[in-house]
Amino acid sequence: MKPVTRIHSRTAVLLDENIDTDRIIPARFLTTTERAGLGKFCFNDWRYRQDGSDNPDFPLNKPEAKGCSILVAGRNFGCGSSREHAPWALLDYGIQAVLCSEIADIFRGNALKNGLLAILLDEAEHRWLLKNPGIELSIDVREQAIELPDGGRIRFQLEAFARHCLLNGVDQLGFLLQHHDAITHYEQTQEKAA
Amino acid sequence: MSARTLFEKIWDAHVVAPESADTPAVLYIDLHLVHEVTSPQAFSELRSRGLKLRRPDRTLATLDHSTPTLPPAANGERPYANAEAKAQVAQLEANCREFGVQLYGWDSSDRGIVHVIGPELGATQPGMTIVCGDSHTSTHGAFGALAFGIGTTEVGHVMATQCLLQRKPKTFAIHVDGKLPRGVGAKDLILHIIGEIGVDGGTGYVLEYRGEAIEALSMEERMTVCNMSIEAGARAGLIAPDETTFAWLKGRPRAPQGAAWDAAVQAWRGLRSDEGAKYDREVRIDASQIRPTVTYGTHPGMAIAMDKPVPAARNAVEQRALDYMQAKANQPMQGTAVDVVFIGSCTNSRLSDLREAANVMRGRHVAKGVRVLVVPGSEAVRRDAEKEGLHEVFLAAGAEWRIPGCSMCIAMNGDLAQPGQLVVSTSNRNFEGRQGKGARTVLASPATAAASAIAGAIADPREYLTEVAA
Repeated sequence: MKPVTRIHSRTAVLLDENIDTDRIIPARFLTTTERAGLGKFCFNDWRYRQDGSDNPDFPLNKPEAKGCSILVAGRNFGCGSSREHAPWALLDYGIQAVLCSEIADIFRGNALKNGLLAILLDEAEHRWLLKNPGIELSIDVREQAIELPDGGRIRFQLEAFARHCLLNGVDQLGFLLQHHDAITHYEQTQEKAA
Repeated sequence: MSARTLFEKIWDAHVVAPESADTPAVLYIDLHLVHEVTSPQAFSELRSRGLKLRRPDRTLATLDHSTPTLPPAANGERPYANAEAKAQVAQLEANCREFGVQLYGWDSSDRGIVHVIGPELGATQPGMTIVCGDSHTSTHGAFGALAFGIGTTEVGHVMATQCLLQRKPKTFAIHVDGKLPRGVGAKDLILHIIGEIGVDGGTGYVLEYRGEAIEALSMEERMTVCNMSIEAGARAGLIAPDETTFAWLKGRPRAPQGAAWDAAVQAWRGLRSDEGAKYDREVRIDASQIRPTVTYGTHPGMAIAMDKPVPAARNAVEQRALDYMQAKANQPMQGTAVDVVFIGSCTNSRLSDLREAANVMRGRHVAKGVRVLVVPGSEAVRRDAEKEGLHEVFLAAGAEWRIPGCSMCIAMNGDLAQPGQLVVSTSNRNFEGRQGKGARTVLASPATAAASAIAGAIADPREYLTEVAA
């Protein structure tokens, strides 16, 4: 994973609550054996009309949302399945951060492991961002702060290890593999007890 | 040691390295279940790093999500939805050969939905940690195992190290007092619970279901309840193992045998929350007040007794959900016309579920214009159901009897509904488009699904059960 230290972009807003992983990427696109190239299916059934043309009612299709890499979404974003295809699709589509007052557990873990900033805000800040689409934000991972155009800052919590991995591009599997001896010891202890 | 919850006991027993302010715990995983959809990229990761799969003996694979539920053609060719689905299945077959994983594949008489065969084989056992790249892994919590869904990156972690990096979740006790009324089952109960605590009520928690009504459930019913924990946002749901659990597991091929069995049961008896153990959150549910329950919106938290009026939308998001469902505020869901009925999925495709549906459908015929798919959860379920003649009940009623798989629950194998069609489904998710673009899903129990198939509209199964009794 490449380090993620700062993301700067205007915001795009999806007001809907409970945007589930089937909406982010419908299951019929999960027959792939690759991670790459899923952006074209991101929000597929919301984003396109029946004839395959862009749905003008999909908020991210609006001209002002083009090029935005920070998504502010209604609460409980990413609920549903464990498919990591959801963060893969969002990243490939160009989304680098999701801001929300509540994010589903499995999605959040998957997102952070792929360098997609899934950030929890308190409800008042979240509500304010939902009401003010298109504002220019700068997300500073090291400072755990979102800088607003007027110089204000919104602080956010980020689990220490996730933050460390984002900032340093840490390979979590590499980190786990360093525990090889402890894992072997655990297994031996269990087998003796059995 | 202070009083601990069931969750804490399992967690503590699996910590390889404890968590600190800077790092999550390294948690040992006893059983890793694998299927074709969420594993290929993880196998590729191992291959590209030159890593072995650490414990093939703790890994079990099956084919379920992308697999057709219609039989092969005369030339042996299976009717896959597309070439990619076929390639994905072939990839898992090749990966399992290369990495030495036992695959319950097309040639296995034990193949089936991953969350159905794990317990059937006795691979799922109390006190274990169990993971799978599938959010309905929570099903296995019915046995008092800590079981949860993971993403593909974590699938790779478990393959390489048999461990995961985890922060300790919070605990949430759901006490279900009293008895479920006659004709009201586990599916009605869990839909009611999700309706009460909300689609995100369990986020950040491991649920523990307890109380008189939970203890009275069969293992199949407990699996139905735990299966849908994730629909309340909880990664895992647990039920303390008891005599019902032990009796169900005894003699299964992967369960301990002989003296090892006796020792295991002895240990499993300690797997219950201690008197005075503290939970981070608790709720009480009165089972006696629950009626046949269905969903009316586009997530499982929008659930209500089928004879109760659908609540008016409180905001634009809820209104959009009602509009999508073509549901009317202040009118009950009961009586809504049905196009398709799906009986299957890891929630409700076990033998007892099929019996429940067959009891309603026996001697009756599906309403004109309604398509009914019955998809057993595994080859073992299919065999047992056919031994009892359940397939004949379904076929005589005008339903389709398919071969095992996830089928129309996730609708990625070609089994799907058309835009606008209303599906009464025994599965677990009623998200927009889940069962086909534009399809409208109403979640229900097998009995309700069967009654609705007969009536051609959402129907109370108790009316049908009474007739049989009379």
